[in-house]
Amino acid sequence: MNFDLDTDQLALQESLQKFFSREYDFEHRRAILNSPLGYSESIWAALAEQGALAVGLPETHGGFGGPVETMLVMEEIGKSLVLEPFLSTVVLCGSVLADRGSDAQQREILAGIANGSRRLALAHYEEGSRYDIEFVKTSARAAGDSYLLDGLKTVVLDGGVASLFIVSARLRPEGRLLLFLLGPHTPGLEITAYRTQDGRNAADLCLREARIPAAALLGDADALPAIRHAIDRANAALCAEAVGAMEALNRATLEYLKSRRQFGQPIGRFQALQHRMADMFIYATQARSMSLLATGRSSMPDAATRGHSISAAKAFIGKAARFIGQEAVQLHGGMGMADELPVSHYFKRLTMINATFGDVDHHVTAVSDAIGAIPRASNDHEL
Amino acid sequence: MDLDYSDAEQSFRREVREFIRAHLPSALSEKVLNFKRLSREDLISWHRTLHTRGWSAPSWPVEYGGPGWSAIEQHIFDEECSSAGAPPLIAFSVRMVAPVLMAYGSPAQQQYFLPRILSGEHWWCQGYTEPGAGSDLASLKTRAERRGETYVVNGQKTWNTLGHFADWIFCLVRTSSEGRPQQGISFLLIDMKTPGISIRPIALIDGEHEVNEIWFDNVEVPVANRVGEENKGWTYAKYLLTHERVNIAQLGPSKRELRALKSVAQRVLSRGRPLIEDARFCDRIAEVEIDLLALEYTVLRVLSVESAGREPGPVSSVLKIRGAEIQQRLAELKMQALGHRALPWIPEALEAGWQGNPDGAEWWAPYSGRYFNLRKTTIYSGSNEIQRNIIAQHMLGL
Repeated sequence: MNFDLDTDQLALQESLQKFFSREYDFEHRRAILNSPLGYSESIWAALAEQGALAVGLPETHGGFGGPVETMLVMEEIGKSLVLEPFLSTVVLCGSVLADRGSDAQQREILAGIANGSRRLALAHYEEGSRYDIEFVKTSARAAGDSYLLDGLKTVVLDGGVASLFIVSARLRPEGRLLLFLLGPHTPGLEITAYRTQDGRNAADLCLREARIPAAALLGDADALPAIRHAIDRANAALCAEAVGAMEALNRATLEYLKSRRQFGQPIGRFQALQHRMADMFIYATQARSMSLLATGRSSMPDAATRGHSISAAKAFIGKAARFIGQEAVQLHGGMGMADELPVSHYFKRLTMINATFGDVDHHVTAVSDAIGAIPRASNDHEL
Repeated sequence: MDLDYSDAEQSFRREVREFIRAHLPSALSEKVLNFKRLSREDLISWHRTLHTRGWSAPSWPVEYGGPGWSAIEQHIFDEECSSAGAPPLIAFSVRMVAPVLMAYGSPAQQQYFLPRILSGEHWWCQGYTEPGAGSDLASLKTRAERRGETYVVNGQKTWNTLGHFADWIFCLVRTSSEGRPQQGISFLLIDMKTPGISIRPIALIDGEHEVNEIWFDNVEVPVANRVGEENKGWTYAKYLLTHERVNIAQLGPSKRELRALKSVAQRVLSRGRPLIEDARFCDRIAEVEIDLLALEYTVLRVLSVESAGREPGPVSSVLKIRGAEIQQRLAELKMQALGHRALPWIPEALEAGWQGNPDGAEWWAPYSGRYFNLRKTTIYSGSNEIQRNIIAQHMLGL
């Protein structure tokens, strides 16, 4: 039992902190946010240069580190409200490719992820799926040595900037879940891109008899386990991002309580506000514990045990994020409503993290279903 | 980073589990697991059993006769004891007065008292709170006047836990009224058999006798029974509070209660089906299970820092607040699971072996009382509001 980072991990954390504090202060971020692209190609290239885009990828294809390194990157992303498509490209699609890609596919695409030349997006959820991973109506029909894809994928994260998509579809008439690689200019694919509440981008993908060569199929067996694994890893990563954002938001709020004066004294002197700040601190402390749990379990092969820890962590962190976000805005008063300060941006990001890959209710239900399914409560600790 | 217990820690857990299996009488664990009344003999007999193995004071270093366990090992021991239904340790002796004696007691005090705590010969209780000094503990008024080599103590303590079982009491008393209230307090060790001490039970919300009022009427205490310096007692009392980390979260008992809650929900029916199949109730269990997991990993983080010999920082308040809230929630859900069976108040059912109910079942009888009783957890040991003050002022600098 040990929660310490090793020296390489500490070095990675330090170099990321230096990089983001130098290159990603809030005004620079605002410029990136307001640019047409919505992210910075030079930041993306610099991240690749540092090796940050190889984190968690298979070592055989140039990757390094694992869940802990991913957690460290995501915490800094949360802290600096980084807009670049790391989660989609490296965590989600990196995971799917590592689980499902042929050696040739991995060699080509993972190298492109690590060197920053590719941005990927996972197109899985659909209208009506909500957070149900198994709900896929998009169909794939064999047509000679290709497949024809039909369906509508909604809110594909970073879908507006991706140079390659991984799209899930059910093979008809059989029903098996498959994954396909698609470029954005595939005939029959129509992309409707938009910004998200927190300043990122997403897209809806409409597929009308989009013809995909059989070589673009990612594996042949049922893809559900790989999708589940990728989304579990993404949720662990989002937990870490939320922890970074919550701790930064708590620091900003504490600073505000100490500097803002009303009734002749700093407002942090008022016990009504002190206790709310204390509760925000308590939530953030425990959220970090849960992020560590999610990280530590995110690479477990046993999907049920892994999923339980991830769901417990995401549910707790969802609650914490909502509480801290709402309280931070309230304690900032009018300034919490302003676009000018980071507080409103943190609040929006935390709120959207909660809506991504399962909200609190979704993940509480997952834990709850496991309780209802246990025939007899176990009396043993794992030995 | 490694979230799993090491091989050595796992084999330690097996060793503890094996000892408990061999030495904890089932009649005793049945009482604990079913919330029956525990006598002084129940508690002290388990303490003596642990003493035969050198385990009666899990947090003590080897030099004072403890096992010298790491913080993680203490946690494993606590988890195993709780899980098996062992009675709680005699906390005021082992966890509270003893660390103060080790840090600030004279060699004579250490040599006399510590072995007697280990063996169970001395049972200690705490004399801090007074009718006018609860959260504002430093405003305490019990006076100790020095007359030669004796202090004469007059005053009243209240909310004293299990003082009716105790041989000795450690007290905060006022020895000076000059300066800030904190500056005039001394820490005295008082034999409960000293003339002038009288003790009266306070009936609690669940009808049980757990706490007392204690009066001191010209009670003579040798100056040799003062810990440390005169008027420095506040420092020693604070030391005691900040060195209480492993136990404060009550993780072991809450993990046991979560399992018990699930088995109650399997046992009782709702609309003809086990309650555990009711999605709404199950969600409530899931929420507390998640909260408990967040507490557990926070405790483990603290313990792993402590076990590595580093200072984890002042997180006791976080653990106390959340631990108390979770204990309350678990007790509330167990009561709720009973449905209308929550209503009967049958104090006789708290005695082991009671069978007075027509349906032959008595396991449910203590749950409502337990719910009422555990409202204390957010009030005692520094109320949760005081803990939030501590976080705001000492950790956040507000």
